[in-house]
Amino acid sequence: MNRPLTRILILLLLGAGSFSLATVLQSRAVAWSRRGNSDSALEVLLGDGRRLFANHFFVKADISFHSGYYPSIFDQEQAPQDSHHMTEEGSAHRDAAEEAHERQMSFLGPPRDCLERFGRNFMVTQHSHLAGGNEREILPWLRLSAELDPQRVDTYTVASFWLRKRLGKPKEAEQFLREGLRANPNSFEILFELGRLYQEDFHDDTRARNVWELALNRWSDQEAAKKAPDLLVREEIAINLARLEEGAGNFASAVDYLELAKSSSPAAAILQQQIDELKSKMARRENPAGHAP
Amino acid sequence: MNAIMAIAGVVIKELYRRKDFYVLFVLTAVVTLLLASVKFFDDRNIVRYLKEICLLLIWISALVIAITTAARQIPAERENRTLLSLLAKPVTRGQFIIGKFAGCWLACGFSLVVFYSFFGVVSGSREHSFALPQFLQAFWLQWSMLGIVVALALLGSVVFAAPSSNGTICFVVVGGILLLGRHLNQVALRLPEPRRTLLYTLYFLLPHLEWYDVRDLVVYDQPPVRWAACGLAMLYAGVYTALLLYAAWLVFRRQALNQ
Repeated sequence: MNRPLTRILILLLLGAGSFSLATVLQSRAVAWSRRGNSDSALEVLLGDGRRLFANHFFVKADISFHSGYYPSIFDQEQAPQDSHHMTEEGSAHRDAAEEAHERQMSFLGPPRDCLERFGRNFMVTQHSHLAGGNEREILPWLRLSAELDPQRVDTYTVASFWLRKRLGKPKEAEQFLREGLRANPNSFEILFELGRLYQEDFHDDTRARNVWELALNRWSDQEAAKKAPDLLVREEIAINLARLEEGAGNFASAVDYLELAKSSSPAAAILQQQIDELKSKMARRENPAGHAP
Repeated sequence: MNAIMAIAGVVIKELYRRKDFYVLFVLTAVVTLLLASVKFFDDRNIVRYLKEICLLLIWISALVIAITTAARQIPAERENRTLLSLLAKPVTRGQFIIGKFAGCWLACGFSLVVFYSFFGVVSGSREHSFALPQFLQAFWLQWSMLGIVVALALLGSVVFAAPSSNGTICFVVVGGILLLGRHLNQVALRLPEPRRTLLYTLYFLLPHLEWYDVRDLVVYDQPPVRWAACGLAMLYAGVYTALLLYAAWLVFRRQALNQ
């Protein structure tokens, strides 16, 4: 065999060897790197660092919601720790939360010196929340935050709240929540928000019930064993389910849900009153003549 | 005065001959227009994110133009050996410094006019309204702030050996003041003595460039700043600019030209 042919054969052998090795290793290499099987270009580019940016954009949405009036890391009162103030509606313990939020946001205080006093001419110094449809301005930041960190559940629930409540876009809200649910299939918060959307916007009680029941199951699976479970969400799910069952005439189920909500509610007395009313309704239905059992 | 304007004219010509401004403007325009084409949740009325990003890009571009233009002026004259012949003419070193400053500052002003016109068009076309007082104040305050930055870079160019080191130091100092300047007094109050006094003194000595950043007022449609406050801020910028130019002249006056 002459030498050039040997060289070509060796080259071919090496080529075939590398090709075979590549086919064996390729599938394993994808598993070694979580970035390899990513659908998102941002995930490939930024890796886990994207979560930092996601947090920044979520805070940016909150800053936008407050029209630029927001505490810096140097301000003694820190930024709001949760996103409840972004989705609050009038109710007994929401008013208390709002009051706490107002206290949290009065971080400026009197100016410490003449330079600070003068500097306040050039910054936003009034605490306000977006209103009148301007709430839409927070949406781009939430969208970006969700792109960067799809596992951040707050992003989906907050965006959905504004989309359906103030901007009249329940379809877009559902789409976004579904997207969130695909990324977080076990999230009871997203399921709860989805149930509200079905009930309040699409008036589809059956789907709302199914979704809320699933949310309650998910809550039990994840939170029940925790030292500090998120009781507020369970209370909200249970109360909404109770209303739904009451509307459908299933008073016994409604009472069960209200009992569940009462066990952790700060407004237990009001819930007990509602339970009593439901029980008397049940009694009247079982005994239409009006005689007490 | 003629000598100052002649030197300033050369600097302005340099701005439009170099590619820095065009590259920065095209980048700003492309990024802004790309973002404008994105539709979030099928809503065409969302505009504040666009204003915020466009203004951020304008601020970054303006700082890059101001610092890089000012930082290379004197070293370039030295390197090209034109400094000696320039100062051999009846031009004093003070006139030379003021001429360079005026050229850089006016060049920044022209750039800002182009950037803000673009911003006005983008913002107006989306919002269908135009808050002229806020725009004018944002432009004017930013231009006043750039006066301090240009003077600082000119001082740096007679102190530091290379334009690159001067540019980097200027970016760090200006960025530091913009990010931390407003909070130095809060930080100082939490420190024990004598660090508290030292930091508080620094807080009073530093030029408060962050005052001139009124982007939030423009983005969030806040009422304009009181004109008296604007006037005082311009006076403050003027005083710091004059101080820095004086310091630059003091250093430059004693420097050998053939260094």
